[in-house]
Amino acid sequence: MKKLLLSLFVIVSILTANWVAAAADLEVNTPAIAALKASMQARHGQLSPFYSAGAIGLTKDGMIAVKDATAVPLSQRGSLSGLVSAENADRANLYKEIATANGHAEWQGDIQNTFAGRWIDKAQSGWFYQSGGGWAKK
Amino acid sequence: MKKSLKKSAVMLSIGTAAILTACVTINIYFPAAAAEKAADKIIDEVWQLKQGQQAPESTPADKTSEPKPAETTPAEAKPTDTPAK
Repeated sequence: MKKLLLSLFVIVSILTANWVAAAADLEVNTPAIAALKASMQARHGQLSPFYSAGAIGLTKDGMIAVKDATAVPLSQRGSLSGLVSAENADRANLYKEIATANGHAEWQGDIQNTFAGRWIDKAQSGWFYQSGGGWAKK
Repeated sequence: MKKSLKKSAVMLSIGTAAILTACVTINIYFPAAAAEKAADKIIDEVWQLKQGQQAPESTPADKTSEPKPAETTPAEAKPTDTPAK
């Protein structure tokens, strides 16, 4: 009986240890995530002046949107919407990839919400972000 | 009697283990803290920020302050290309 109890205890502790280890970190080192990061990093060089000019802003759902296209010279306006949709496609894929890489596709929405807050927190001052019904300046 | 007790104890332990496993698999909640950590890491890379820093206003000027081994050889070779007369 004593032995049984002991083995039961061992099983419980192993399960708990696994669970704790799983909760400690999210898997983000997959080729798909690395490719998305690289693509977004390369695009950021082009997006950065648009953030500063107030032409685009960070949305509250972890995406970006055109806020004021007139803040951009006419010649660049064409590329603006293309850049924004490419960035949003990468972001959506990133959230999805992180969720699936961790075996929980249903976490995608939670991951997206987490990112939404962190993008805004880390934004440079002067950049715009969605707050309530409108835009706010950092 | 003793044997049946042992048997029921085995069944109980198997049952408990099964329930615990089920709890672990079904009830795993979204790890918010881990997600924030992962988000920070990725955002830092995408925006090329240093850890826990806002986006810099401008890229820090690369310090090439290392004094070049300036060849301060006195210009003994004078510019000889005199303008053509």
